Amino acid sequence: MYAFSPHRPTTLRQAANLLAKQEEAKLVAGGHTLIPTMKLRLAGPKHLIDLSRIEGLRDIEVTGRSLIIGAMTTHAEVSISPVARESIPALAELAEKIGDPAVRHRGTIGGSIANNDPNADYPAAVLGLGATVITNKRRIHANEFFKGLFETALAPDEIITKVQFPKVNKAGYVKFPNPASRYALVGVFVSKRGSEIRVAVTGAGANGVFRMRAFEEALKKRFAPKSLEGLSAPAEGMASDIHGSAEYRAHLIGVLARRAVAAAIA
Amino acid sequence: MPATGIGAPVRRKEDHRFLTGRGHYTDDINRAGQSYAYFVRSPHAHAAIKRVDTSRARAMPGVLAVLTGEEFANDKIGSLVCGWMINSKDGSAMKMAPHPAIARGKVNHVGDAVGVVVAETLAQAMDAAEKLAVDYDVLPAVVDPAKAQMPSAPQIHEIAPSNTIYDWQIGDATTVEAVFRNANHVVKLDIVNNRLVPNAIEPRAAIAEYDSGTQTLTLWNTTQNPHVARLVISAFVGIAPEHKLRVIAADVGGGFGSKIFIYPEEVVCLWAARRIGRPVKWVSGRSEAFLADAHGRDHVTHAEMALDGEHRITGLRVKTVANLGAYMSTFSSSIPTYLYATLLSGQYAIPAIHCEVNAVYTNTVPVDAYRGAGRPEATFVVERLVEVAARELGVDVADLRRKNFITRFPHQTPVIMNYDAGDYAASLDRALELADYGGFEGRKRESSRRGKLRGIGFSTYIEACGIAPSQAAGSLGCGVGLWESAEVRVNPTGSVEVLTGCHQHGQGHETTFAQVVSDRLGIPIENVSIVHGDTDKVQFGMGTYGSRSGAVGISAIVKALDKIEAKAKRVAAHVLEAAEGDIVLKDGNFTVSGTDKSAAWGDVALQAYIAHKFGGGELEPGLKEGAFYDPTNFTFPAGCHICEIEVDPQTGESEIVAWTAVDDFGTVVNPLIVEGQVHGGIVQGVGQALFEGAVYDRDGQLLTGSLMDYCLPRAHNVPALKVDMTTTKCPSNPLGIKGCGEAGAIAAPAAVINALTHAIGTEELTMPATAQNVWLALQKSAHLHKAA
Repeated sequence: MYAFSPHRPTTLRQAANLLAKQEEAKLVAGGHTLIPTMKLRLAGPKHLIDLSRIEGLRDIEVTGRSLIIGAMTTHAEVSISPVARESIPALAELAEKIGDPAVRHRGTIGGSIANNDPNADYPAAVLGLGATVITNKRRIHANEFFKGLFETALAPDEIITKVQFPKVNKAGYVKFPNPASRYALVGVFVSKRGSEIRVAVTGAGANGVFRMRAFEEALKKRFAPKSLEGLSAPAEGMASDIHGSAEYRAHLIGVLARRAVAAAIA
Repeated sequence: MPATGIGAPVRRKEDHRFLTGRGHYTDDINRAGQSYAYFVRSPHAHAAIKRVDTSRARAMPGVLAVLTGEEFANDKIGSLVCGWMINSKDGSAMKMAPHPAIARGKVNHVGDAVGVVVAETLAQAMDAAEKLAVDYDVLPAVVDPAKAQMPSAPQIHEIAPSNTIYDWQIGDATTVEAVFRNANHVVKLDIVNNRLVPNAIEPRAAIAEYDSGTQTLTLWNTTQNPHVARLVISAFVGIAPEHKLRVIAADVGGGFGSKIFIYPEEVVCLWAARRIGRPVKWVSGRSEAFLADAHGRDHVTHAEMALDGEHRITGLRVKTVANLGAYMSTFSSSIPTYLYATLLSGQYAIPAIHCEVNAVYTNTVPVDAYRGAGRPEATFVVERLVEVAARELGVDVADLRRKNFITRFPHQTPVIMNYDAGDYAASLDRALELADYGGFEGRKRESSRRGKLRGIGFSTYIEACGIAPSQAAGSLGCGVGLWESAEVRVNPTGSVEVLTGCHQHGQGHETTFAQVVSDRLGIPIENVSIVHGDTDKVQFGMGTYGSRSGAVGISAIVKALDKIEAKAKRVAAHVLEAAEGDIVLKDGNFTVSGTDKSAAWGDVALQAYIAHKFGGGELEPGLKEGAFYDPTNFTFPAGCHICEIEVDPQTGESEIVAWTAVDDFGTVVNPLIVEGQVHGGIVQGVGQALFEGAVYDRDGQLLTGSLMDYCLPRAHNVPALKVDMTTTKCPSNPLGIKGCGEAGAIAAPAAVINALTHAIGTEELTMPATAQNVWLALQKSAHLHKAA
C-alpha cells in the first residue's frame, strides 16, 4: 500500500467538497474492492474519503411503490431486512449470495454499483429492476447508469446516496459463480412489472451488464421458462477468459434465464 | 494408560496454542534491529538481463542494501542444488543447470528474483524496489512440457539441449513389447496431470541474524526439514560452515511438501544479514508465493495397458514428460522417477511394466514434491486405465480389480518395489458395503428424475511411504540417507523430553509421539514433551515429508525407548535390590517378579540422576538415550476410495454426493488424527480433480496468480466423508505403522475422474474437470453421437 491521507467527513457536502478539492481522491464505502487493490499497489489514491460517518445513507424503506436502499447499506443488511425481503425478495436473496461473509458485512450497494465490476451481482438487479440511482446531484435511471467496464454515468464529484427500486410483480436472480472468486461468471436477473419485462445479464458481457432484449420479447408472450426454450445468447460480444469461453457464457445465459424465471414464478 | 496410549483418539495437545494465537510462527518472531527484505522479481518468463541500475533504489529513504546477482556472484555464494542424481538411459547424468539465488545474466521464469532490497521498513523496501531499474531483452518462452523438446522451443539452459534434463526408463522394454503383441485387449489413454500450486495457510518466511562475536548465523525458517536446510546451505551454497549455522523452524503452518526445499529467499536473507550486520526478515505474500514456491505435478503421459482373454492385466507401457520448471528444485528429479514409476503396478499383479520419463525445463516456476509427490500421478495412470479397461470390456469395475489384485506377500513388482503386506480385497469389500454399491443403479434413476447424471468411480491405490532404506535410496541416486533419529531424555523428576529429527507442521506429532512414550513408559501424556525444529537442540534428522514420521520417526523413538527401558531397569534393580532380569515395567511402576517390591517411574528416574544406589564403576548415572532408525523397506499403505458424483448436464456443474474411503495404514497411533489426515488428503485430491490447475499463457505469464483465479476446494465441495480402516501391520517396523499423510491426495483424483467419466459417458475429460470442461466434454460427445 502507498501512503495516503484519510478523511472522515460527516456530511455529504463535506465529502463532495473533499472529492472536488483533493487531487487523486477516492471515495471508500465498504472498501472491499478498493482496499485490496491498494494493498497490491495497483491503486494509490493520495486521499481516501470514508463515507461511513455520514448520517442517513444506511436506511432501507418503502415509499409508495418503491423500495429505497441507502448507498452505505451493506449486503448483509439488505439480505436480512424484513422490508427488503417483503417488497423484493429476489433482491434480498441476491444480496445474501454476494461474495463471502466478510464481503457481505462490509461491502455496500452504493460501492458495488459505483464500481460497476462486470462480474458484480448488484448491477444485474439495478438494471433488471429498472431502478433509479439517486446521487447528491440528480437521479439517474439504470438504463443510463452503466457505461461499460468499471464505467458509470457518475461525474467525478458525484456521490450515490440511495438506490430506488420499483416494486415488481415477479423477480428472480440466478448466478453461476466463478468457482475461485465467487463473482458471477454469469448472473441473470429477470423481472416483470405489469407489461414491462426485464432480463439483465452480469458477468457475461465483454462490456459489462446488459439486457437480453430477445429474451424479454419472448417472455412478454408468457412469463414462463418454456418461453425461453431453445433460446440462447450469441457468443459474439461475450467476455472470454480461463474460467469461461464466450460460447460457454452465452450458453449459460439461456440456462440461467430459464432458471431465474422459474424462481420468479415459484 | 489406555486413555492416552497407542490407538487412543487423543485430542491434539498443540491445538490450544494454535487456536488461541499463541503459536510461534516465523513471522511472530522479531529480532532487535531487524530490517526487511523485499525481492524484485522478473516480470518476464525468459529474458536476458542487459543492465541493472541500483543507484536510484539505493538513494531511497531507509534503504540499507540493494543487492543483485552481481554481488551474489562476487561474494562467491554457491548455487542451489538438486540432491537426487538421476541418470538417463544412456548412462549420462541429469543436466543440472546452475540455480543462483538471484539471477544473473538471464531470467528463466516470471518471479525469478533479480534483486533484493533491504530497508528499515517493509514499505521502504517496497518503495525502493520500484526504483530498481532492470533492462531486459525478452526471449521466446516455452511453458508446455509437451512442446519443450521440440526444435522450435527456445533452449533455456546451455547444459540441456532440447531442454531435456534426463531421458530415464525403468522396467524391461523387450518383455513389455512381447506382452503387448500377444494381448487380447489394449487400453490406451492420454493423460495430463495438471500443475498445482501448493497453498499452505502460512506463507514461507525467513529471518536471518548474524552474530559477529561468535561468527554464527541463525536462520528462523518455515522449513519441513531444518537439518537438511542447514546441510545444503552450508555444504553446497557455502553461506557458513555447518557448525556456525543454526536453523530454527518453530511452528510451521502447513507445508504439503512445498517447505521441504531450500529456496533462494532464505539463502539471500542469510547472506544479506551478514553483509549489513542486521537481522533481515522476509515474509512471502500470497501472490508472491504463487511465483516463488515450488509447484507440483505437471505430467503429460501416454499410457497403455494390456490384458489377456481372461481379463488379466499382462503389461503396462507408460511414457511421461515431466515438467520440472525453470530450475531443478531440491528433490525434483526423484518425483517423476522413483516416486512415480515404481508405483505403476498399483495393487495389481502385473508381470511386465516399462516406463520412460523425460524431464524437461520450461520457463515456469520449478516443480517438486507436493502431497503425494509422484504417487498421485502413478495412481491416476493405473486407476484410470483399469476403470476404462473394465468399461471397454463390459465387466464390473470392482470385479476386474479383484481379479487382478496381488494376494500373496511379499510381492516383487517389475518396478523395484517389494510389497510386504496388504489385503486389498478386504478394503475393497468394506468400501463396497459402506458405499452401498449394489444400490447405485437405483440412485442413478433417482438422479435422472431430477435431470442429473450420476456416476460412481473407484480408486484402489497403493503408495510407498517412509522413503528408505538409506542404502537403497543411495543406490538410486539420493544424496542423503533417509533414516530418522530420536533422543529420549528422562528428567530427574521422571518427565520426558523426546527430541526428534522429524518436523511437525500440521501432523500433530506433539500428541502422537507423546502417546507412544506414554504407552511404553506408563506415564501421563502431559509429562511428555516433543522437541523438534531446532538444529541446536536436535542433533540431526531428515524432517517430515512422504508420510514418514510415523513409520520412520516413531520407529526411532521406539528404538531409543528400548534403550531407556533397559537402562531404567538396571537402575531399578539397584533401587529394589533385585536381579536386573527380574525387573518388570508396567503401568509406570517397576516391580520385582514374584515379590511385592515396587518403585515408581519417577523414583527410578531420580535415582538414575542422584546415583546414590549404585557406584560409578557399576553403572553410568543419568537416563538419556539416542537412536538412529534406518528402515529395511518402504511401507505400503493402500486402500479403496469410492466417489459418487452428480452432474448437471445443462451447466456441467458437478457435485460429489458421496465418498467412501477404506484405508489400510497398519497400526494407527491416533485414529482422530489419522481420520483428519484422510479428510485433508481427499479434499486436496478433489481440488486437483475439479478445481485447481496452474494456467500459463504462451508468454509464460501465470494467469492463475492468486486465489481469485486459482480455485482451492471449499468445505461445500465435499460431502460428509465415510472413512473406515482395515489393518494389516507393516512387518518391517516395530509398531507396524505404514503412514497416512498423503493417501487421500493420492487416491482421490482418479476416483473423482472415474466417477465423472462414468456419469457423462465419455473418457475425454481433463483435470481440473471444471463445469466448463465437463460441459465441453458433454457437447463433444453429443456431437460424436449425432455424427454416429
